Amino acid sequence: MSGTGEWPLFEVFVRGKRGLSHTHVGSLHAPDATMALRNARDLYTRRQEGVSIWVVPSGVITASSPEERDSFFDPAGDKVYRHPTFYEVPEDVEYL
Amino acid sequence: MTEAGSGAATAAGASRHAGRVDPLVVLGLADDALVYAQRLGEWLTRAPEIEEDMALGNIGLDLLGQARGLLTRVGELDGTGRDEDALAFWRDEREFRNVQLVERPRGDFAHEMARLLWFSAHRLERLRQEQQSPDEVVAGVAGKAVKEVAYHRDHATQWVLRLGDGTEESRARMQQALVDVAPYLPELTEDDPVGAPVAREYVEAVLAEAGLGAPPEPRWHARGGRTGIHSEAMGFLLAEMQHLHRTHPGASW
Amino acid sequence: MDGSQVGPLNAAETEDYAQVVEEHFGGLIDADQRIEPRDAMPAAYRDTLVRQMAQHAHSEIIGMQPEGNWITRAPSLRRKAILMAKVQDEAGHGLYLYSAAETLGVDRSELLAKLHAGKQKYSSIFNYPTLTWADVGAIGWLVDGAAIMNQVPLCRCSYGPYARAMVRICKEESFHQRQGFEILWTLARGTEAQREMAQDAVDRWWWPSLMMFGPPDTGENVNGAATQSHTKQSMAWGIKRFANDDLRQKFVDMTVPQAEKLGLTLPDPDLRWSEERGHWDFGEIDWEEFWRVLGGDGPCNAQRLAHRRQAHEEGAWVREAAAAYAAKHAARGQGAA
Ligand SMILES: [Fe+2]
Ligand SMILES: [Fe+2]
Repeated sequence: MSGTGEWPLFEVFVRGKRGLSHTHVGSLHAPDATMALRNARDLYTRRQEGVSIWVVPSGVITASSPEERDSFFDPAGDKVYRHPTFYEVPEDVEYL
Repeated sequence: MTEAGSGAATAAGASRHAGRVDPLVVLGLADDALVYAQRLGEWLTRAPEIEEDMALGNIGLDLLGQARGLLTRVGELDGTGRDEDALAFWRDEREFRNVQLVERPRGDFAHEMARLLWFSAHRLERLRQEQQSPDEVVAGVAGKAVKEVAYHRDHATQWVLRLGDGTEESRARMQQALVDVAPYLPELTEDDPVGAPVAREYVEAVLAEAGLGAPPEPRWHARGGRTGIHSEAMGFLLAEMQHLHRTHPGASW
Repeated sequence: MDGSQVGPLNAAETEDYAQVVEEHFGGLIDADQRIEPRDAMPAAYRDTLVRQMAQHAHSEIIGMQPEGNWITRAPSLRRKAILMAKVQDEAGHGLYLYSAAETLGVDRSELLAKLHAGKQKYSSIFNYPTLTWADVGAIGWLVDGAAIMNQVPLCRCSYGPYARAMVRICKEESFHQRQGFEILWTLARGTEAQREMAQDAVDRWWWPSLMMFGPPDTGENVNGAATQSHTKQSMAWGIKRFANDDLRQKFVDMTVPQAEKLGLTLPDPDLRWSEERGHWDFGEIDWEEFWRVLGGDGPCNAQRLAHRRQAHEEGAWVREAAAAYAAKHAARGQGAA
C-alpha cells in the first residue's frame, strides 16, 4: 500500500451539537488517523456543522449483513420495555 | 512549547502598545496575511490530494479574513478613510509592508509547508501580543486569529513531520525547502524580538522530531519588506491581483 | 442587493427541495425505500451508479478549474473570499461523491485513474473557458443553477449514500448560485464596460448551460434513442426522477424571469412565453456542438485534463511520503506494544 502512496479510507462521524450522538456523515482518505481528523474538520465541518469528530479506519468496521437483519434486529422488537411508552404513568406526573 | 510563550507575549504586547497604535505596524500584519492568502489561493486545484485542496483553501480563507479586518482598521487609524479594497488594490509595491517570505512564488509542497510552519509559528506569537492591543478592533481580530493560526501551525507541523520522516525523496525535498526559506527568517525575527525565540523553539522542536537538520546559516538574507522593499516576485503578484480592479476605476463589484 | 427580493432563485430554494430535506431529516422515509451499500442489487444498477457518481464527482473536481482561474484576480477582497470558499466547496462536493461511490466497493484512486486516462467523463460545460470576471457570475447563476435543477431530484435517488451526498451538496449549491446572480446583478448596474462584460458572459454560457441537462429524451436519432432507453432504465431504478427535457424546461422557466430582473438578454430570438403550454418556448439547441465538445473538441478539454493530471503527478511524492510515514509509525507502535 505504501508503495503506491494510496491512502486508506476513514469513516467520519460528527456530533452536530452537544446532546446529540455522533452521526455518520461520509468518508475520506488520509495517510493516518491524525491527518484524517484534520481532513474531516476541513471537509465535513466547514459550516460549523459539528462540535466533535470521530474518524474510524473503514477496514476495522464489522457490519451486519442485510441477510442477517431479521435475526439481528427483530428480537429487539419484543423488548417493548425498552421503550418509554411501555410504562403507564399517572396523568398528573409531569416532565418525564 | 506554547505555554512558555503566553506570559512573554503578554509582557511584549503591553510594551509594544504602551503608546498609541501605529497603523504601519497593523498594516504589516495585514499585508502578511493578504499576500500569503494570494499565494495560497494558487494552490486550489493544484494540491497533492483533494483533501489538501480543502485544507490550503481553509488556511487561505482564514488569512484573507484577517487581512480584511486589519486593512479596514488601518484605513480608519491612519485617517485616510481608505477601505479594504482601496488598500489592497490601489497601493503600489513600495507601500506594501509584508515580509518577503510570503511573496515568494509558489514552490513545491515541501516549500509551502516550510514557509507555513515558520510563518504561522511567528504570526501566532505576534497575534498573542496583539490580543493586548489598546485598539479594540485589532485586539478582536487577533483574538479570533490566534485560534486560526494555531491550527495552521499544526497543519504545517503534521506535514513537516511526515515529509521529514517519509521517503528519501520527501526528506530531501523538505531539507532543501528549509534551506530555501532560511534567508527570509531574519525578517520575521527582527519584527518581533520577544515572540521570535518562542517561535524558533517551537519550529526547532518540530524539525528535531522529524529528524531534519537545521540548515546552515544563509550567506545573504532578505531585508526591507516592512519598509516597502520587496523582491522581484512582488510586482508580478500585485499585477495579477490588482489588474482587474484597476482596469475599472471607481466601479463596484 | 443580494437577490433576496427575487424569490426562489434555484431549485434548492423551492418546495421540491424543502420536501426532500423534510423527508430526510424528519425521519419519515421508510428505510426500505432506499438501497444501502451491502444490499443485494443488480450488477447493472451498481455499474450505472458507479459510473454516474464517478462522473458527477469528476465534474465537481474539474469544475474547480474555470473558476479557480479567477481567485488571484478577483476584483474585490470580498469577492476573492467568496470565490475561494466556492471553489473549495466544489472540492468538498467531489469528495462527498467519491465517498458515496466508494460504498460500492470501488476505490477513488481507480476512478481518478480513469478520469486521468480519459476513460471517464466529466460535465462538458467545464470545457468552456472563463474569459472575463463576469464568467464567474454566469457560472454561478447558470451552471450552478442548472446543476441544482439536476441535483435536487437526486436527493431522492434510490441509492442511500448518493442521496445523502446530494442533500449535503444541494444545501451548499444554493449559496453558489446566489453569489453568481449577485455578481451579474452588480455588473449589470455598473459601468458600461461592466454591463457589456456581463452580457457577453451570458451570451457565451446560456446555450452550454441548457446542454447540461443532456440530449433530448425523444428517440429522434441514434443518440436520442440510446438516451431514451438509458433514461427509462434509470427512472425504473429510481436513479433518475425526471426526463432531461422536463428538467431543461423547468430551468428555462425559472431562469427567464431572473434574466429580466437582471436586465440581461438571453441569446435566443425564439424565446417567448407560450400561453398554450404554460411554459417558455425556446430555440433549437446546437447538439452538434454538444457532441463535438463531449467528444473532446471543446476549447479547454485538453487543458482541463492536463491541469488535473499535473496536480496528481506532482503530488505523488507527497502522498507516498505520508503513506510511508504512516507505515513506519504503525510498525513502531506495534514494536513498542
Ligand atoms: Fe458543486
Ligand atoms: Fe457549485
